[in-house]
Amino acid sequence: MTEPVLDLRPPANLVNRRAMLFWATRAALGWLVPLAGELLWLLLADGGLPALIVFFATGVLALTHVTVMPQWRFHVHRWEVTEQVVYTQSGWINQERRIVPVSRIQTVDTERGPVERLFGLANLTVTTASARGPVHIHGLDLETTQRLAADLATRTQATAGDAT
Amino acid sequence: MLAVHPVQEVIRLLPVLIGVLFIGRDGQGQIWSLVGLGIAIAGGLLRWFTTTYQITPTHVRVRRGLLNRRELSVPRDRVRTVDLTARPLQRVLGLSSVVIGTGRSDQDHGVTLDALATAQAARLREELLRRTPTMDERPAGSEITRLVPAWIRFGPFTLSGIATIGVVVGSLANIFNETRIDPEEFGLLDSVIGHFTSAPVALAVLEITVLAAVLVAVLSSIAYVLAYWNFRLVRKDGTLHVTRGLLTTRSTTIELRRLRGAELSEPLLLRAAGGARCLAITTGLRGRAAELGSSVLLPPAPIAEARRVAGEVIGEAAPTTTKLVRHGKRARLRRHTRAFLFAAAVTGILLLLWWFADWSAWPWQAALALFPLGVLLAEDRYRNLGHALLGRRLVFRHGSLVRRRYMLSSDGVIGWVFHRSFFQRRAGLVSLTATTAAGRQHYTSVDIPTAEAVRLAEEASPGMLEPFLVRRP
Repeated sequence: MTEPVLDLRPPANLVNRRAMLFWATRAALGWLVPLAGELLWLLLADGGLPALIVFFATGVLALTHVTVMPQWRFHVHRWEVTEQVVYTQSGWINQERRIVPVSRIQTVDTERGPVERLFGLANLTVTTASARGPVHIHGLDLETTQRLAADLATRTQATAGDAT
Repeated sequence: MLAVHPVQEVIRLLPVLIGVLFIGRDGQGQIWSLVGLGIAIAGGLLRWFTTTYQITPTHVRVRRGLLNRRELSVPRDRVRTVDLTARPLQRVLGLSSVVIGTGRSDQDHGVTLDALATAQAARLREELLRRTPTMDERPAGSEITRLVPAWIRFGPFTLSGIATIGVVVGSLANIFNETRIDPEEFGLLDSVIGHFTSAPVALAVLEITVLAAVLVAVLSSIAYVLAYWNFRLVRKDGTLHVTRGLLTTRSTTIELRRLRGAELSEPLLLRAAGGARCLAITTGLRGRAAELGSSVLLPPAPIAEARRVAGEVIGEAAPTTTKLVRHGKRARLRRHTRAFLFAAAVTGILLLLWWFADWSAWPWQAALALFPLGVLLAEDRYRNLGHALLGRRLVFRHGSLVRRRYMLSSDGVIGWVFHRSFFQRRAGLVSLTATTAAGRQHYTSVDIPTAEAVRLAEEASPGMLEPFLVRRP
């Protein structure tokens, strides 16, 4: 019998399912640039066989990324806000868990990029006095984000001091 | 209330004026230099006319700019550090620059007031930090340490001379370029070059290496003396007070209530010579390189002295010497894997270049030395990796080329990050980061076994992780 090993459980809540679509779209947009460049090389500069190989290799890589990454992320990205702390988990190949006490929160921001608006999503960013301390929750639906932001903002005001 | 025009700003242009008048040669260059000088003087005057500062009971305000008027306003209770710097010319003229550190955000680089009269600058600092006014540059208080001239022996091991050589070579090249003098016209340089080109390769390499080593050692020692002469660390009612410098004098004041810990840093050479330096971990001084100079609590000095100073500053001696918990054999394996992969990648690339691109064989043969060196480095990195929690004091240590020991107050920790890469997850390790508003903003201990990292974070911040703790069989 080995001793029980201490560990952290993941945060309780999943992000919105639409976040998968958002991540896929964003990744696809990112791949467009190299793919377009390689297509030009293939067609205009007459790159021949090497260009064709590079184009297809990039295409396969892009396709794998766009299909695998969002689902992987969806299984990893989680969040939880309790009385005491904000706790998040994010990443896919490399993963990260962040914990920030509510008493040390300095600002609470919500932000929405153009693609995120398309899918009705929003981000919540919680900053602390540390330049390396911000906690992001990506891919929440707008209503949840606004509710969380309002809730955290009121609770942050209640704490005294400059939170350093 | 205090409102002053920094009149003396224009004096900063004196060296430019002198330079142009005496160095200028005939021809186009001189005209452009004069035009440049005119613009510089006009700009300086403009700055002088348009910069004002004001200390009110609640705020420090600086207004500057003519077209693009900027007003910086800092609440006085956010003032965390006040730095006085006097460059040689400023010292001759009895002036000092004042940098007021606020440590609010990254965009805010603090408030800088150039060229106040030194006495006025000192008074300003006293007033900002709400101390009784004193004109004395060397305040009374309990002295923690002062420079012992014997410490200058650590100068050569800091390698700061390398940067100096770079600057010197750069400006020499610039001078030759500007004055259109062919270096080969110089008899001395010419004969030196001639000597090295005619000598056998091995001898020339040896000579150049020895010459460079001596040069670096001498320049590093000079840099040490310039930066740290008259170094003095004093504790005085709630502040730490550092004064130092031979030509450019600096004086930094750190409030003890802003202090979150201390760092011992030992670059490899300095460590081999038994030396270390001590830095403050404090809010208001960001971890950026430019500001690290302000957080020096001890220049390179014997390690025992560095430990004593760190212990005095943080108020307990144990964290500076305590034995740390090692991270186990998986962390060790990862150190070795990395060193091996790096050596293999470099050798592999050079091998390919030799095979396909007709490079000579000696680069990849020389790169083979990376394998044994990598083993030594990996082993040292593993041995230096460690953590501990002593009461409310978190201790992390890592690094080989620069070994650092962070002693951070766990009350200063304002968040935890557990980072796990793909391979770390497979090995059951995490990199634990404590984020803080002080110093480098984040302090990381890599490759701690997961359970140990969770236990450490939970004990350092009691209750914070409680709702999420699970015990796996």
